[in-house]
Amino acid sequence: MELFFLILQAIIIAPIPLIFVAIGELVVERSGVLNLGLEGMMILGAIAGFSVTLDSGSFVVGIAAAALAGALAAGIFGVLTQVLMSNQVATGLALTIFGLGLSALWGQGYSGESTAPLAKIHIFLLSDIPIVGPLLFVHDPLVYLAFALVAGVAWFLTRTRAGLILRAVGENHDAAHAIGYNVVAVRMAALVFGGACAGIGGAYLSTVQTPFWVENMTAGRGWIALAIVVFASWRPGRLLVGAYLFGGVTVAQLHVQGFGIDIDAQYLSMLPYLVTILVLVLISHNKARSHLNAPACLGKPFFASA
Amino acid sequence: MIRLEPRNEVSKALLYVTPVIAIGVTILAGVVMFAILGKDPVRAISLIFLEPLTDSFALSEMIVKATPLILIAIGLSFGFRAGVWNIGAEGQFTVGALAGGAVALALYEVEGFWVLPLMCLAGVLGGMAWAAIPAFLRTRFNANEILVSLMLTYVAVLLLSVLVYGPLKDPDGMNFPESRMFHPAATVPILIEETRAHIGFLVALAAAAVAWVVLGRHVFGYQVKVMGQSPRAAGFGGFVENRVVWMCLMISGGLAGLAGLFEAAGPVGQLVPALPVGYGFTAIIVTFLGRLNPIGIVLAGFVMALTYIGGETAQIEMNLPSAVTGVFQGMFLFSLLGIDVLTRYRIRMFRSPRPGRTAPLAARTVPVAARTGGE
Repeated sequence: MELFFLILQAIIIAPIPLIFVAIGELVVERSGVLNLGLEGMMILGAIAGFSVTLDSGSFVVGIAAAALAGALAAGIFGVLTQVLMSNQVATGLALTIFGLGLSALWGQGYSGESTAPLAKIHIFLLSDIPIVGPLLFVHDPLVYLAFALVAGVAWFLTRTRAGLILRAVGENHDAAHAIGYNVVAVRMAALVFGGACAGIGGAYLSTVQTPFWVENMTAGRGWIALAIVVFASWRPGRLLVGAYLFGGVTVAQLHVQGFGIDIDAQYLSMLPYLVTILVLVLISHNKARSHLNAPACLGKPFFASA
Repeated sequence: MIRLEPRNEVSKALLYVTPVIAIGVTILAGVVMFAILGKDPVRAISLIFLEPLTDSFALSEMIVKATPLILIAIGLSFGFRAGVWNIGAEGQFTVGALAGGAVALALYEVEGFWVLPLMCLAGVLGGMAWAAIPAFLRTRFNANEILVSLMLTYVAVLLLSVLVYGPLKDPDGMNFPESRMFHPAATVPILIEETRAHIGFLVALAAAAVAWVVLGRHVFGYQVKVMGQSPRAAGFGGFVENRVVWMCLMISGGLAGLAGLFEAAGPVGQLVPALPVGYGFTAIIVTFLGRLNPIGIVLAGFVMALTYIGGETAQIEMNLPSAVTGVFQGMFLFSLLGIDVLTRYRIRMFRSPRPGRTAPLAARTVPVAARTGGE
């Protein structure tokens, strides 16, 4: 029972970095931009969050630095793709390569160090409920922030004027431009938000989940987040389902050996990647439907001719 | 105010000049980076970009690094032209090395001129098999090949690790996770005496030559170009999109697999978990830096190889971290992509706000002199 409880608790925490990264990318893609540089922004957030938390001693400052690092990286991507009209796929790859390199350089002096665990918030009364209370209502503040962010994005996209404009830009940038909206400005804002989210996701990984720094520690999570956005058909609610599917697989993979099943650890480590592929196939095989869900201008360059 | 104006045609001259400008911008950015790190920028830059060119051993090492980069990049260039984004060359490289290496280990101590060709074949087929997965899933299930090929890279690296820790482990190796050293009959012949440069380099040059002919003269090269520029036109032209997707992934997968085998049977000489060192990803930069053009790719392969060798030199001489190479490569691609705007757009400068957009209607009838004078 005790072990089962611990596993459930691990499953709740596991996908938090993915939720942050994916919800940011969801907003970016709804505005019509495909940023493949998630992995790069995430790893920059991871090292920024880790090093600044360690140096300043303040977790809040560290997370802010991570968000800033992610946002700055996204800003580079934005200037290149939106102002200088570069190819989004190629620029996203460049961002990933750059981020992995720069984070390794930045993290040189930080290997072997470790951050202190983050204090958990007990939600008044709710945390006293037996079993469910400690499971759902005793977590660090970023877990609550992740969920608040998903709810906030859902509300923003469907219930606010700004959200409607963002979606209009993503569905038909020429029409949005003709009405008088500034397509580039909207997309830049979305990119910066997405970058900040990816940065926080990376920082959660490096300061809370595994509180130490290792080169390439994101290990493809940025790409998995990209797949989760496709899985979610660009809707915030479904994004949570996708993130928990991957989180569940990751945790299960860690515990399979604990149950006495004899299989090489490497085969189990392949699972999250193989599940990603499987899910992609299941989601995309209906061409018409996946086409219907995707923002119509996703990845297309926009040039204001007049 | 500055405004971009689309060109009717891509500027040919700028197409060749911009990579050179990009190299210049990267070096400038590098100067800033080293200054921030508190290292002597001039010394660092000259160590990375000039020193290797004056040393004959470093030059031969450049050939060693350029070989896999050129081979993989030539393969990728077909797909990138057609809009088929194989990002998983690193995985195909790994599986190619694994398949070819398995043949070498199975035929351990077997003498025979046919051992190496058989290994090459296994390497090519291994890379193709790994690339066939994204090809099949894209053509049959419409799954995004970027994500599938990338996920498979992680799987391939884990597969190499599990096999090297297990069935392919050296029986006399004190339980170290590495295979036996390949038998002399199963290693790639050396091209230049007393260096590590091997005949794989000639194969890479041959691949570039074949690619040049195919792109310029063969109907497949034409189909690839049309599909990249206008997928709809390709449909009207009656090309089968699926066939082009398959061909592009088979070519890039096969060449990446061959590159992997050359690496295992050449400079490394065995299978080790750390065999994939990122050539598959750096080759993406090589492909763009070379303008998707085979001759350009050969040159770009050497430029990127230079950053590797130079990075190693700087690491030893100035105690710089090896990650500097990765940062340089990222900045390279950034500046190239950014400067590329010049090939497709003209930059126009305007003194005053353009009429009709920001100025009210009445202002347009005012003479130009009066308007500029009023500001």
